[in-house]
Formats: sequence, C-alpha cells, structure tokens
Amino acid sequence: MTIQEIQEEIINEFKYLDQWEDKYSYLIKLGKTLSPMDSEYLKKDYLVKDCQLTTWLHSTFEEGRVFYEIDSTSVIIKGAANLLIRILSGRKPEDIINADLYFIDKTGLRESCAPGRIGDLLKLIDKMKRDANPYVYKTEAVERKQIM
Amino acid sequence: MSGIKNTHKISAFDVIKIRNDFPVLNQKINGKPLIYFDNAATTQKPRVVIDTINKLHSEHNSNVHRGIHYLSEQMTKMYESARKKVQDYLNARYSHEIIFTAGTTASINAVAYSFGEAYIKENDEIIVSEMEHHSNIVPWQMMCKRKGANLRVIPINDKGELLLDEYKKLINSITKLVAIVHVSNSLGTINPVKEIVTIAHENNIPVLIDGAQAIQHEKIDVQDIDCDFYAFSGHKIYGPTGIGVLYGKERWLNEMPPYQGGGDMIDRVSFEHTTYDDLPAKFEAGTPNYIGAIGLGTALDYLAGIGLDNIQNYEKKLLEYGTAKLMTLNGLRLYGTAENKTCIFSFLLDNIPPYDAGIILDKMSIAVRTGHHCTQPLWDHYKLEGSIRASLAFYNTLEEIDSLYEALKKIQKMFK
Repeated sequence: MTIQEIQEEIINEFKYLDQWEDKYSYLIKLGKTLSPMDSEYLKKDYLVKDCQLTTWLHSTFEEGRVFYEIDSTSVIIKGAANLLIRILSGRKPEDIINADLYFIDKTGLRESCAPGRIGDLLKLIDKMKRDANPYVYKTEAVERKQIM
Repeated sequence: MSGIKNTHKISAFDVIKIRNDFPVLNQKINGKPLIYFDNAATTQKPRVVIDTINKLHSEHNSNVHRGIHYLSEQMTKMYESARKKVQDYLNARYSHEIIFTAGTTASINAVAYSFGEAYIKENDEIIVSEMEHHSNIVPWQMMCKRKGANLRVIPINDKGELLLDEYKKLINSITKLVAIVHVSNSLGTINPVKEIVTIAHENNIPVLIDGAQAIQHEKIDVQDIDCDFYAFSGHKIYGPTGIGVLYGKERWLNEMPPYQGGGDMIDRVSFEHTTYDDLPAKFEAGTPNYIGAIGLGTALDYLAGIGLDNIQNYEKKLLEYGTAKLMTLNGLRLYGTAENKTCIFSFLLDNIPPYDAGIILDKMSIAVRTGHHCTQPLWDHYKLEGSIRASLAFYNTLEEIDSLYEALKKIQKMFK
C-alpha cells in the first residue's frame, strides 16, 4: 500500500471516533500493542530531542528502505508512533522525506490533542525524516549498483 | 463566577467568595471550569496583588534607595514597609534580617556560597535529606565541590518521614550545616524542623530551612523554630514571581561575605578597596525587584485578612476528604503518607504512565503536575520516575476533589 492509502485507512479507522476520549482510547489501545524497543536503544543517543514526553527512535536501513522502532514513556505517544511506523517504516528514504502526513488533521488528532502533544508528535516525525535523509545517498548507490 | 457550587458547607470560611478574589480561577479550559491543582508549582494571585502591581507600574514606578525625588522616596518607603511585613509574618527579630532575593533557589544559593566562603573547609560535612528539592541539594553539591567538602543525607521511610535517629548519627565534629526542607513539595510531609534545629544546635551546627512549601500553609515563627536561615518564594504564597526572601540571623549575615557585588550593597568603592553596606543592603546588590517585594507584602496582608488559622483548618479538611476519597480508588497508590502533611496528593494509578494521566486530566481541565517534581533522589528511594501530583490551596473545593476522583476513574477505564 502507498503512504496515501495507509493514511486513508487510518482516517477511516478514526471516522467514528468523534469525541476526544474515543480518539485517546484508540491511541492507548494502539500504544499497548507497539512492540517494546530493545533496551540497547533506550539511551540518550536515540532520544527525540526537546520532546516533553521521553521518546526514543531507532532507524535502520535495509535493501534501500528505512525501518523504524519507537518507544516512549507515554502510551499515548506510542499509539501515535504505531500509526507513524505503519505509514513510514519500510519505505524508501525519499518517500519518507517527502511524505505529507495529512492524517494528523483528517483524523482530528491535531484538534483533539493539546499543542504540546502535537508538538512532540511533530518532533518525532521530523526526526524520522531527518534520520531517513542520510539513507537517500545509500539508496542511490544501491540503485546505481543494480543498474550496473 | 467560577460556576462551582459549594454543596459541602464549611463554616467560617467562604471558599466561593475567596475564589472570586482570584481571576485566573474563573475560566474554562477545554470547555470546562478550570480545576487548578498545581499550587506547589505556583499559586494564583488575588486581585488585590495584581492591582497593586499594576498601580505600582503605572503610577509609582521609581528605583529605590537612590533618589531624593518624590517617586523614589515613596517607592523606598513601600519597599521597606514590605520588608517589615515579612519580618512580622516570620516573627523575625530585626527587619535587617530579611533579605529580598529572587526566590528560594536564589536564597539557598546565596547561603551556600557565602556560608561556604566563610566557614567551610576541606572534608567538612553538610547534611541534607533524601526528600530535598534540587534547589536544596545542587547549591550544596556545588559548594562542596568548590571546597572539597562532603554531603551527607538523612534517609526517609516509605511513608516519607525523616528518620531522625539516622539524622542524629550523621552529626559529628565536622558537620558544619544542616539544610532541610520544611514541607516536601513532592510528598507534603511536614518535617519537625524545631526538633531538627534543637538537635543541630546542641552540637553548635546552624540550620537552613527551605520553606518554599511551608510558608503558605504553616505558621512560621523563625524565633520559635530558632533556625539560622529560612528561605521562601513569593510566588508560592500568592505573591508575584521573581521575589523571595532569605531570613538569616543577624550574626551569620554580618559574618558572611556578600554573595553578589554591585550597586547598593556598598559603602565606599575604590579600585584599591571596597567596603560593604550594612544589612540588609549588603546582600541586595543591584536594583531589587521592589515591585515584586511590595506585591509580596500585599499578598501577606491578604492572607492576614483571611486568617492563617482559617486557612489551615480548611486545608486540613481538604486533605482529609481528598485522602479518604482517593484511597477508595482501586489501583491508586498514594506516596507521602506522613502523620503530619499538607494537602499534596502524590500518586500513581495502576500502570498508567503519569504523563498520560496528566495529559488526559488536562483534557478534563484539571491541572496537575507529573514527573519527578525536581526531587529525583526522592523518587530513587521509591524506585520510580515520578508521580502525578495534585497540590491544593485554600481556594480549592471538595467538589473539585470529587471531579478529580471521577476523572481518575475515567482514565482507569480508558487504559483497561
């Protein structure tokens, strides 16, 4: 599925979650299902900087694609992380960097969450994209090799 | 109007009338009336304090101690009158024992530096406790590093009470000062400061008390307690931010070198030699926060009008009601269950991360604080990262406690 298709799927999941309590409950449910990160990465080097809620991000690059693991002291942020991983993990770096993550608005999450929480979410997205950036060159190298 | 109905009548204390004195309380957050349970972080300001500050800025502003013109003389008079109000509030012997600072942290840093310079040598010891706020740990650590001295720590029990027998064991011939919190900002524990001072003084050791969380809830009599230093912040006692007080016994303040140098704290300056002014000026370098000081004085007047006894009685009822109500919640674990405590509820709920609970409480317009509350060593004792903290004041109501209870039940359900 494309980034857009997954986002549409998510927007549909939130379709009947009118109240903020319902959205939060759903995020909590998603957060509880997110696999915990290897403790090796629960360190300062992997912290998403300036997040009020302690959140770690670990990215790897395999066969031209970026994969993410995320963990947090907040189950709610883990819920949002679950959605982001669903959308962005396993994608080509340039697709991640250029992704327009409109689901945040279309699901009503931006409206339901306090500015501080949305700020944390945006910082997480920013780090996911920045982490993908160095891999763009690796992807180009892989593709050049394939052509040759 | 706040929209809160006081269905639980408490005689001789009209909390609805009092709430109307605090404009911040009369607002809605996320469509619901604000429930402000973050008073340990900062208290709200009564209209009279806000109006005083506005009037000072708009009609009276002038620097103190430095002018012979009308505005300066008037402002100086009001500033020194505020000092007298603080002296009376603390029952200090002399007004020159009241030093205006930027707050509790600034006060403690001043003593840590100056006392350190005057008296501390290599291998000397300073005693603090396991429940201290970082502002009563880090300045001493910095001083100890500078001087080659050591910090010793009074342990607590799981109820959040100091182990006084262990405190006595820590005292020895190289103990130079005890720095202790009066009321724990995380747990609400009220420490037996008079007893702590007595034990220290039997060994000729001075005591500094961090009074940041006590000043607004307890009657403070520094002569009765006989402490050597007492520090507090204006914004914790319904006054403005940026102003605080260091009370110090005359003897110590005279002997200690100044903490900061600059204008107003001098007698005579030359490049060869500078002499310092007398107390309190010696410890008030630069332009003071004179408007803040006068605002603090106004806050103290406001509290005197209500009566500290009335405030204490009402807050005791809030504590009793809140404790009983919260303890009926299955899965709630209360931290800070000392026999003697203020109205602070520090707790965890099931395995719900405190931050998440705080986020959802905020959605329900209940303002609490989550995390370590600047007392990381204290939470190390419990092997936790922190807690959810609801800290109440005399303008909170029993109905607000009911709302917190219902909100916590809802949060439990969301996390099931």
